[in-house]
Amino acid sequence: MVDVPFDTVAGVPPAEVGEVELYHPRSWWTRYVFSQDAKVIAIQYSITAMSIGMVALVLSWLMRLQLGFPGTFSFIDPNQYLQFITMHGMIMVIYLLTALFLGGFGNYLIPLMVGARDMVFPYVNMLSYWVYLLAVVVLASTFFVPGGPTGAGWTLYPPQAILSGTPGQDWGIVLMLASLILFIIGFTMGGLNYVVTVLQARTRGMTLMRLPLTVWGIFTATVMALLAFPALFVASVMLLLDRLLGTSFFMPTLVEMGTLTKYGGGSPILFQHLFWFFGHPEVYIVALPAFGIISDLISVHARKNIFGYRMMVWAIVAIGALSFVVWAHHMYVSGMHPYFGFFFATTTLIIAIPTAIKVYNWVLTLWRGDIHLTIPMLFALAFIVTFVNGGLTGLFLGNVVVDVPLSDTMFVVAHFHMVMGIAPIMAVFGGIYHWYPKVTGRMLNEALGRFHFWVSFLGAYAIFFPMHYLGLLGMPRRYHDIGETAFVPASAHDLNAFMSVAALIVGFAQLVFLFNLIWSLFKGKEAGGNPWGAASLEWQTPETPPGHGNWGKELPIVHRWAYDYSVPGAAMDFVPQNEPPAGLSAQGPHA
Amino acid sequence: MAETALINNVEPPARPAGWRGIAADWSSDQRAFKNVSWGKAMMWIFLLSDTFIFSCFLLSYMTARMSTTVPWPNPSEVFALTIGEKKIPLILIAIMTFILISSSGTMAMAVNFGYRRDRVKTAALMLATAAFGATFVGMQAFEWTKLIVEGVRPWGNPWGAAQFGSSFFMITGFHGTHVTIGVIFLIAIARKVLRGDFDVERRGFFTSRKGHYEIVEITGLYWHFVDLVWVFIFALFYLW
Repeated sequence: MVDVPFDTVAGVPPAEVGEVELYHPRSWWTRYVFSQDAKVIAIQYSITAMSIGMVALVLSWLMRLQLGFPGTFSFIDPNQYLQFITMHGMIMVIYLLTALFLGGFGNYLIPLMVGARDMVFPYVNMLSYWVYLLAVVVLASTFFVPGGPTGAGWTLYPPQAILSGTPGQDWGIVLMLASLILFIIGFTMGGLNYVVTVLQARTRGMTLMRLPLTVWGIFTATVMALLAFPALFVASVMLLLDRLLGTSFFMPTLVEMGTLTKYGGGSPILFQHLFWFFGHPEVYIVALPAFGIISDLISVHARKNIFGYRMMVWAIVAIGALSFVVWAHHMYVSGMHPYFGFFFATTTLIIAIPTAIKVYNWVLTLWRGDIHLTIPMLFALAFIVTFVNGGLTGLFLGNVVVDVPLSDTMFVVAHFHMVMGIAPIMAVFGGIYHWYPKVTGRMLNEALGRFHFWVSFLGAYAIFFPMHYLGLLGMPRRYHDIGETAFVPASAHDLNAFMSVAALIVGFAQLVFLFNLIWSLFKGKEAGGNPWGAASLEWQTPETPPGHGNWGKELPIVHRWAYDYSVPGAAMDFVPQNEPPAGLSAQGPHA
Repeated sequence: MAETALINNVEPPARPAGWRGIAADWSSDQRAFKNVSWGKAMMWIFLLSDTFIFSCFLLSYMTARMSTTVPWPNPSEVFALTIGEKKIPLILIAIMTFILISSSGTMAMAVNFGYRRDRVKTAALMLATAAFGATFVGMQAFEWTKLIVEGVRPWGNPWGAAQFGSSFFMITGFHGTHVTIGVIFLIAIARKVLRGDFDVERRGFFTSRKGHYEIVEITGLYWHFVDLVWVFIFALFYLW
């Protein structure tokens, strides 16, 4: 047994930077609406993201209704079905998950976890939210313009994205691209804040290797986003020029509706390269914060230090770096040189190594831990199984020869929903149940929470497990109506109906969750400052919810890592990060 | 930004040099980049992100140029000016490049005088930089006009691949926007310098933070970056 917890040192270097004078709100407007406080901005981000996410949820219901009971719902025509697919995917990936993890969790947790009073540039941070809100409004407005939203699929592949056969060709695609450009501008303003805050505004004693893994995940994801979103930005600008000015960056010579188009000489594959140079890192932009959050949840609720902290950090960084050299595994069937496929399959499979390290470390953290099956812990465990499930099907799709027959089938849909839909959403829920007491001072209702968990978790499997099977049968994705097809047996239709019912029930459970969020705000049990007995810095604030400036007069001084749980000889079963070592030695060096 | 300057800095301990120093900085607390203020760190990271944007633009243009089946117009002929009955290739671009590079020189001098707290010289040099930048944008506008008069459009041109016009207007337009934003920034900061905002530590209108002469250097970082990008555009678009 160790007599001194890992990483504890006596001396703390002197402060290098003087205190920053905070912006002080003068009115209700600057306190709650145009607030420069990262915590308020985080809540604004979260509410906006969840609101637009509700739209995407309803769209998924409509899609499932059509898939499960084709022909029953006459108000869903093929064009609308394509529009639902597109908007559901785009909203969920970018406007919900990216914004919630980085803008929501990032804004709230980074300053608290690194011991800062706020983000480094609060004004820019505020602008980031308002530009994001504008992007969401522009996106939502496509539902009301003539022709409706674009139906190009969330990948917006040209040439079809801007040709007249695709729904939303008039306004939808233009507003979608404009919204993406706005989102990237807004995100860049926020992202610069997160990165600089983590690098340059930590409190005394907070080294990078003492950061909670949540911060590592969000930080690495933000760096990746700052380098990956430029490709989407450029692709959006060029596609917008193709659509509005008639340039031919991505448009080859082609015949549309019997007439030769004005386009010629462009390369659709170029768009795919740009899109996936963004798109693959994007998968990890939503996965890495989830990895970090899950690491913290497991450690706290298993009352055990995280296993292999340094390996966890390096795995996050390695995954982040590797994810920039795997993008073309989304393009095996696009017409690339075969050697490219070989290269990208190799790099893709290499990512399995750091990812497996993380999964093993989570499991080893649980091993012989004092596991409390609290709601955050349940979601964390659900994350591990759903992520492993999605990760393993990723090995199938990463191999060229296996991918080719599975491309554009429901197998792909099942894979990415498991790995970057369900799994990160489990982390989001776990994180919300875990940090809600810090944000509001009240616990979320336990019974509703457990109901929400079991319905969401089992329901997610009920939806997506059979979907793998449908994919293996060859059922294509993005089809409005599969019809009487020889290779799809009648039983597959029953399965589809079952999945649709499950999807409706899971969606209903999310409404219960939203109700819980609001109900607990007023009626929830008083939480106190540190209901979970967590060691990381955000639970050590003098007030709950933390006040303006987060800390009292003095910034906290960090003496140890964030994972001192069940330390032998310590007074409690956790040692807060800002507890000086002297407090421990008073208990005697040996337990 | 003033807050992040080296106030309250207790005698810094001797730091190891070379790679050991880098490792020591990154494994230390509080700051990974020692003696780098928040504003400067933020600008560097933004420029890294912006580098990816311009790289994507240039790579896309090069892909289009290499894969087009129609001949690419010869830049030496397209960008030639007839001066005194003689066709001089790339003369306008050469002058534009010279002006922009010169503006980097005046910018560097402005940073120097800024840290010496010489208000008038700093502001004058920043305004000179802005004037160079505005001249550059003006000549860019002249070049655009000339090409448009000759029939170059984003969707086609008289000499060959349509992507020539598309790439030209997009890339120089995006770069020109950067220069224009830089000019506006330079004028705004020069006004603050001249007014003495950074001497009396006047608070920003939006941020309510105290200003500092370091903002001159941060503006300079952006300006030099825009210049550097132009060198790549010049080499890859005009000289190729």
